[in-house]
Amino acid sequence: MEWEPKIVAFFCNWCTYGAADLAGVSRLQYPPNIRVVRLPCSGRISPKFILAALRNGADGIWVSGCHPGDCHYIEGNFYARRKFELINNLLAFMGLEPGRLHFSWISSAESTKFAATAQKVTDAVRALGPAKRMVKVPVFESIPV
Amino acid sequence: MSQPIGAVLVAGGGIAGIQAALDLANSGYKVFLVEQQAAIGGVMAMLDKTFPTNDCAMCIMSPKLVEVGRHANIDILTLTDIESIDGVKGDFKVNLRRRPRYVDLEKCIACGLCAAKCPKKVDDRFNQGLIQRKAAYVLYPQAVPLKYALDAEQCIFLRKGKCGVCAKVCPAGAIRLHEREIRQTLRVGAVILSPGYRAYNPAGLDYFSYGAHPDVMTSLEFERILSASGPYGGHLMRPSDRRAPKRIAWLQCVGSRDQNHCGNFYCSAVCCMYAIKQAVIAKEHSEHPLECTIFYMDMRTHGKGFEDCFNEARDKHGVRFMRHRVQAVRPEKESGRLALRHLGESGKVQTEHFDIVILSVGLETSPELRQWGQGLGVELSPGGFARIDDFNPTATSRDGIYVCGAFAGPKDIPQSVIEAGSAALCAGADLVAGRHTLTVRAATPSERDTRGEPPRVGVFICHCGINIGGVVDVPGVRDYAGTLPNVVYVADNMYSCSQDTQNTISAKIEEHRLNRIVVAACSPKTHEPLFQETLAAAGLNKYLLEFVNIRNQDSWVHMNEPERATAKAKDLVRMAVAKVLRLSPLSEELLTIAPAAMVVGGGVSGMAAALALSRQGYPAEIVERDSALGGQARHLHQTAKGDAIEARLGQLIAQVQADPRIRVHLNARLTKVEGFVGNFKSTVAVGATETVIDHGVAVIASGAQESLPSEYLFGRDERVITGLELDQRMKRGDRRLARLRTAVFIQCVGSREPERPYCSRVCCAHSIVAALHLKELNPEMAVFVLYREIRTYGEREALYRRAREKGVIFIRYERERKPRVSATPEALEIGVVDHALRRPLTIPADLLILASAIVPYRDEQLAQFFKVPMNADGFFVEAHVKLNPCAFATDGVFLCGLAHYPKPIDESIAQAQAAASAATVLLAQRTIRTSGTTARVDLRVCSGCGVCVSLCPYKAPSLKTQGPLAGKAEINPVLCKGCGLCVASCRSGALQLQGFDDGQIMGMIEAA
Repeated sequence: MEWEPKIVAFFCNWCTYGAADLAGVSRLQYPPNIRVVRLPCSGRISPKFILAALRNGADGIWVSGCHPGDCHYIEGNFYARRKFELINNLLAFMGLEPGRLHFSWISSAESTKFAATAQKVTDAVRALGPAKRMVKVPVFESIPV
Repeated sequence: MSQPIGAVLVAGGGIAGIQAALDLANSGYKVFLVEQQAAIGGVMAMLDKTFPTNDCAMCIMSPKLVEVGRHANIDILTLTDIESIDGVKGDFKVNLRRRPRYVDLEKCIACGLCAAKCPKKVDDRFNQGLIQRKAAYVLYPQAVPLKYALDAEQCIFLRKGKCGVCAKVCPAGAIRLHEREIRQTLRVGAVILSPGYRAYNPAGLDYFSYGAHPDVMTSLEFERILSASGPYGGHLMRPSDRRAPKRIAWLQCVGSRDQNHCGNFYCSAVCCMYAIKQAVIAKEHSEHPLECTIFYMDMRTHGKGFEDCFNEARDKHGVRFMRHRVQAVRPEKESGRLALRHLGESGKVQTEHFDIVILSVGLETSPELRQWGQGLGVELSPGGFARIDDFNPTATSRDGIYVCGAFAGPKDIPQSVIEAGSAALCAGADLVAGRHTLTVRAATPSERDTRGEPPRVGVFICHCGINIGGVVDVPGVRDYAGTLPNVVYVADNMYSCSQDTQNTISAKIEEHRLNRIVVAACSPKTHEPLFQETLAAAGLNKYLLEFVNIRNQDSWVHMNEPERATAKAKDLVRMAVAKVLRLSPLSEELLTIAPAAMVVGGGVSGMAAALALSRQGYPAEIVERDSALGGQARHLHQTAKGDAIEARLGQLIAQVQADPRIRVHLNARLTKVEGFVGNFKSTVAVGATETVIDHGVAVIASGAQESLPSEYLFGRDERVITGLELDQRMKRGDRRLARLRTAVFIQCVGSREPERPYCSRVCCAHSIVAALHLKELNPEMAVFVLYREIRTYGEREALYRRAREKGVIFIRYERERKPRVSATPEALEIGVVDHALRRPLTIPADLLILASAIVPYRDEQLAQFFKVPMNADGFFVEAHVKLNPCAFATDGVFLCGLAHYPKPIDESIAQAQAAASAATVLLAQRTIRTSGTTARVDLRVCSGCGVCVSLCPYKAPSLKTQGPLAGKAEINPVLCKGCGLCVASCRSGALQLQGFDDGQIMGMIEAA
């Protein structure tokens, strides 16, 4: 079977997860490469989740929350935004290809934007091929027998 | 009267009816929500966005729809008409006609097959006829109840006896082609009417070419075009050729303020704002530059945040505002565009071309609705709305029947929601003795202790009819789930949410000693609470559930890739099992609520709130800074309806003073507030005496005041006074007033200025009432009103009309060219440029009255005490502009009156009662449970850095001040909202969000 990118997504419950639900209600079609981890708020997302996903073999990461100013928890996404900026810089410094890590702000009404972003993220990750840089390879596999 | 019936009938399932139903059902009354259509939702469900924040209407509304839909104490009666109401307050008999749906509500699974196969296409009225739907239909995708119906007027079988395809294809056997209309009588203690309005139909105005050309449309049609779920999927197109428009025009006051063509003399109060909203949204939707022009008479942006919205539309978004009268709209064959002829104030006629012309249609009560209302014994106002009293703003003329929403006058969503609260409060207060007599309270069994048990996971995969099963190989996913670690039971169900599957799940939990449950079905946002209830009913902690979304986020969005959709479903189930293994039972804090209220402020709002709470059986303490009750109303003369305020205020004060449940603290100030929802402890100081008050809720009604102008010789010439001073003189019966030869009012003094951008809302009507009174005292008196925009919204428009009829002269001025005032010993001289004659004019006046702004007190300390926000203008900020206008985001704290925004007495009282209603909902619970999803500190790891304390917007974390662990953080689970912000920011990893902890999320990531 042909290689398909695996994308781990972290969505806040109130906005982007709602948009994904609405995309379903509207029967918008997008590629089935995304595996969603639902979180209460983008502010809950720790940079280590992103590192863990990459280490685990995710080819791409997509993080999405409420629009700045619309956070259900008043200001969680502002803090999230700062963290993303840092982790983005860090991963770029570490040599991760730009295009593996995506951030977006999608409100619960923006189902079309959600589907379009899902397509865009998948296309971008697919174009990069399988992720290798940060994937943890078990020791016994790396030793020639 | 014997014990009243503890049930209320709410007639009309729009946003007002929904809110009233929820308030009542949540405070101990049984509710019957009667709706004529096949689903509740009303007009709000049709809207794309809501002003002034441009929130998505459906997004903010759908949680309320779901709550009503699943409420154990609300019965929704769709397709039902109210024929008559017999009986009296406390014991009404409501006679209903229930039209057939032809679909069994219990059996319909909303799979949509009936609609898919139905051969009959009809105009979709929900979408304003812009597209078609089938005769088997669901009103809109998020409808509640989400059940199909057959359109009796259109269905081929019902009309001709042939077809019946729906019955053949329905997998649930839900179609009932031979269902009959039934009559039913309900016994209730009170009735709330919220039947709403209809949009004015401009078909009669042939000079606008409505109906003659598809690109001339009503604002409601345009709303559907803008909507993402509308006919064009939210793409901005003109109907004639589906091309993107370049120029759009809005025509205001179509069907409003127009006695000649439509008979609707009143202002519809919402059209200016919705036109601004639509213009801004249209510009955002458009891929190329879009020119938007609004033709208007007066821009009426008198609500909270409205003036900012108007200014931004003009200055930032470039919406063009033209104070021109549109004479005609004619389609041009050659260009395919619409030629619009308009007349400016200078008298110059111009013609411009537009691609779309939108008629901003007004709100009206249909003749049928008027007749219906009168048939129920409800008196109507001149405009055809339910007649109400300023001091009892939601009571109709028939005792025990209340009204809210647009049937009580044209209004926007927040005002409708406020009235809903007020009506609910009044209805509930009538029936206090019947509270909790007809409601059910679900009994919860004791919880099984699962500690020490090895995880035993049960996985339930839903087919959702063919919604999931038609794409995803559900048995395959089920078998795969069986291979995952610790999974001891798997099953697939046709409809997991159906009552029988819920029973099965309970039985399987018992039978297999399951202690972790995974449900793979639709969306947790809609259905997780249902399954949580099922777990709780089976004696399992409700947090031991993980919900997998394999419908909205899988089968529905990968319909053409069944294999990959199945693979995705397996992955998602694997991730969920990985998480559920790591879940542990969570506890919710149970708080007892102190059944008492504190009301800050003893003006009309504060007193109304206290009286309302007392009527519901709760004691209230009024804390008033002044030496007397009454607030600003003490200075006022008449309401817009002409009621003498002094007498009514006196009654209100007497009522408060006579009420044994109300205690008044005058000359008082708050010195300390501790605690949180359910258990506040506030210290009130009167002089040197301090009293500590325990209260479960607080109502902020701290008011506002008239600003003292610095312009127009105010304070330097005694012939220049404020509006309130004039009221005082009128109240005193000052004889000099009748001897005045000329009186001049200047509007917007201190309002709508760069430093104070909001409109003070009440001044236009207030000045006109005063002007009319002066004319009454002396018909020979020359009375001038110098204004920037006359904002007599709703039926107050009649005042403006009457004032002109009586000879009051209105002269408009621009902010850049204000009137100039100079004084001579004989008279004041007021210079202004006449807007019609375009010539300077000097008015010699004996009295100049300044309609000065209403300014808030900016009580920072009060805001601090209750952790409630204030906006830039100094008014308090409600929890939600639209749907929660009288509560704060801080639980247990409510808001009403001028402290929220300037408003007249009737609106203040309505808001006070609505705040009391929201407070009653809380108090009637007696106890409250907090969510178990809260942050928790591992004290062994916490370094006491305090980052969590500084981050949390809810002030849930604090550093311990005592004991051996002083300096370490602790979380107050009552304040914690469970966002996890502190957790993701903790340097030491000492914080965890229960239900979303690092181990659980890492488990999911590793399993992904």
